[in-house]
Amino acid sequence: MANYYKDIKEIQFELENSPLMERIVELKERSFEDKDQYDEAPQDFADAMDSYDKVLDVVGDIVANVVAPNAEEVDAEGPHHENGRVRYASKTYENLAAMNHAGLNGMTMPRRYGGLNLPVTVYTAANEIVSAGDAGFENIWSLQDCIETLYCFGSEEQRQKYIPRVCQGETMSMDLTEPDAGSDLQSVMLKATFDEENNCWRLNGSKRFITNGDSDIHLVLARSEAGTRDGRGLSMFIYDKRDGGVDVRRIENKLGIHGSPTCELVYKNAKCELCGDRKLGLIKYVMSLMNGARLGIAAQSVGLSQAAYNEAVAYAKDRKQFGKAIIEFPAVQEMIGNIKARLDAGRALLYQTARYVDIYKALEDISRERKLTPEERDEMKKYSRLADAFTPLAKGMNSEYANQNAYDCIQVHGGSGFMLEYACQRIYRDARITSIYEGTTQLQTVAAIRYVTNGFYAQVIESLTTAPSPVGEESQLSKVKAMAEKFNACTAAVKEKDNQDVLDLCARHLYEMAADVIMCHLLMQNAAKSPELFGESLRNYVRLAEAEVEKHNSWIKNTLGE
Amino acid sequence: MKLNIIVLAKQVPDTRNVGPDAMTPEGTVNRSALPAIFNPEDLNALEQALRLKDQFPGTTVTVLTMGPGRAAEVIREAMYRGADGGYLLTDRAFAGADTLATSYALATAIKHVCPNVDLIIGGRQAIDGDTAQVGPQVAEKLGLNQITYSEEILSLKDGKITVKRHIDGGVETVESPLPCVLTVNGSAAPCRPRNVKRVMKYKRCLAPMELPQGTGFGDLPYAAEYEKKPYLKLGQLSCADVNADLQQCGLAGSPTKVKNVENIVFKAKESKVLTGSDEDVNGLIKELLNERLIG
Repeated sequence: MANYYKDIKEIQFELENSPLMERIVELKERSFEDKDQYDEAPQDFADAMDSYDKVLDVVGDIVANVVAPNAEEVDAEGPHHENGRVRYASKTYENLAAMNHAGLNGMTMPRRYGGLNLPVTVYTAANEIVSAGDAGFENIWSLQDCIETLYCFGSEEQRQKYIPRVCQGETMSMDLTEPDAGSDLQSVMLKATFDEENNCWRLNGSKRFITNGDSDIHLVLARSEAGTRDGRGLSMFIYDKRDGGVDVRRIENKLGIHGSPTCELVYKNAKCELCGDRKLGLIKYVMSLMNGARLGIAAQSVGLSQAAYNEAVAYAKDRKQFGKAIIEFPAVQEMIGNIKARLDAGRALLYQTARYVDIYKALEDISRERKLTPEERDEMKKYSRLADAFTPLAKGMNSEYANQNAYDCIQVHGGSGFMLEYACQRIYRDARITSIYEGTTQLQTVAAIRYVTNGFYAQVIESLTTAPSPVGEESQLSKVKAMAEKFNACTAAVKEKDNQDVLDLCARHLYEMAADVIMCHLLMQNAAKSPELFGESLRNYVRLAEAEVEKHNSWIKNTLGE
Repeated sequence: MKLNIIVLAKQVPDTRNVGPDAMTPEGTVNRSALPAIFNPEDLNALEQALRLKDQFPGTTVTVLTMGPGRAAEVIREAMYRGADGGYLLTDRAFAGADTLATSYALATAIKHVCPNVDLIIGGRQAIDGDTAQVGPQVAEKLGLNQITYSEEILSLKDGKITVKRHIDGGVETVESPLPCVLTVNGSAAPCRPRNVKRVMKYKRCLAPMELPQGTGFGDLPYAAEYEKKPYLKLGQLSCADVNADLQQCGLAGSPTKVKNVENIVFKAKESKVLTGSDEDVNGLIKELLNERLIG
């Protein structure tokens, strides 16, 4: 029977083959202290890994047998707007019921709130698997990770009130964007005022482009400090749908991810709770929320790339022209090989990022319980920085790859790919948003560029260069070293200009060069352990990356020369 | 109201997607080439039981399966989805049972482990034998009413159950006093997925028969867990445990004799090319009429 986890050996490889995993589990499980209190808690590392495998097996099973078969119908029907509320496409309810029966909610939350206490890395795998079945449904389901932010910054009372509800399957949304505040969230104007009489906060105004906007529990960014105009006047609020006061004015008609309702919301004196401290809404909490969401979009993108690969291969094997299956033609092989190379490279980057996030988040969580040792503090700092540097790479590159892969997938299908009968057109439409929402690729570049200019990516690359290269692939390593030299030379040349506009202009190119080189290294590490799974992708990817790096090199040189 | 429900389940070779090596040259099923799965309609049956458990908290759903050690996998699978526990009915003496001997063993075991059973639910039939006889025979042996081809339980109250049956060309709604036996059709609601917390909790459940020969639970990895958590040891019943009459068990109790198994291979015979002309079409019609293939 099909299984979207068991059938993709690369996912299992990513979970099992990192030296960081043991540390992640040890931290996340607090040295397995839950084992006497919770029957489902692991006894040791091997036991935890076995449980993760079994959890993902369930996810893969549900996606193969419920979510993926429903995807076409959900896409065609879309959500409905009725009396200020959202009614999902009918099969969406079937998907949600399956996920709820399986208990796949509150996946990273501690057991004491009813969660599964899974590492972000495992949740990321689940995310990618769900997305491969239906990226639109993945949107709704994966918004459960907003609870991380409530867990990190909410009061204990709020944790106890809301986390168990999310673990039971209540859905979430993050209400950030407004008509005049998209990428520029500092301009958010939704008004939050304190109602002295009822001793609570009230929200008034509107929001736009809110994914799953009729959710049960909303995290809302609003202006609590009257008269302010920048990010320091914004706070984060929790709106509970049970209290009422927020209506859906309309549902957007979108190019893709039809299963996911994108809403315009009207807040009419809606009662809400302050989450965390005033004025830290944007500068602290939304940044944390966004980092989680960006990792989520990276996972969604990898899932879409996997789906594009599956569809392309299936069609190319089946379709015969000139007396043979089209997969036998080099021109088709190249496209499929490129999809796979970008998929494997992007996936390696995704999981490396997830592991960094895991270590720092677990340590950060421990720091709320007790004082960290100096070694732990250093460790947290190290991984927090790595996570911060890798997240925009993982999100930006994977979302661009998902688009390229979906494009190639349609190309493999030829004329049939342009018809609406094949899944590739849905993948193509669904992929398009990934490089836009939760920060466009251009904004990922903004988030990442300081790690180019301060030499952090160069350091990361240097330390990766010392890892063993796969037997017989030594020539790949020298190619990657040459690419890194070009990246360093370009960085130096841009910095030498000492001009912010020049840096902004070249940023995307430098960003991609760094990402290309890092992905080459990560894929090389994978191929060293499993040449069968990754050898071919490594050779294809290095070839692609080399051409890309040279393209950027020449672009930057020409631009600086003008 | 708390119900005692027994779900009859069978582990079967997955005959739905057979490859070329699915049959041995002797014409029997090549079990090693086919993965062992939870019989599909037994999953539909389990779902009906779990829905009653949702509706009537405190209800106990117990799975009963007959087979070798590895058949205990269906008990675990059922527990992952919500069943409370189960019994593996296993004994050399049960080997080679046809439907009569199987239903005797199951009925005897039910009398032994759950004399006050309210409802026995099984799938309509198993995909390996396709007989649809075991459920009805269990009902007969226990002297209970039976509702076959069940599709949905409409209500259960005042000691009566109302069930929608799937019949030729429509549905039929019937009512029966409890206890009774239901066999569930594949058109009924699909079974809910495994719950991951239950998977993590019950993943180490084992029946004694599954342990390597000559070893006990104390020899297993995480041995201490089996002491602390008794639910990790699945129920297991032998012929003697349920006081079954050996003459009615296994091969001895099976009147069905397989005379011969034929491997039917469809061979393409010589072909004939016809044009679309009236002459050719008329000729074909006459030929088919003569051979009484159409009439």
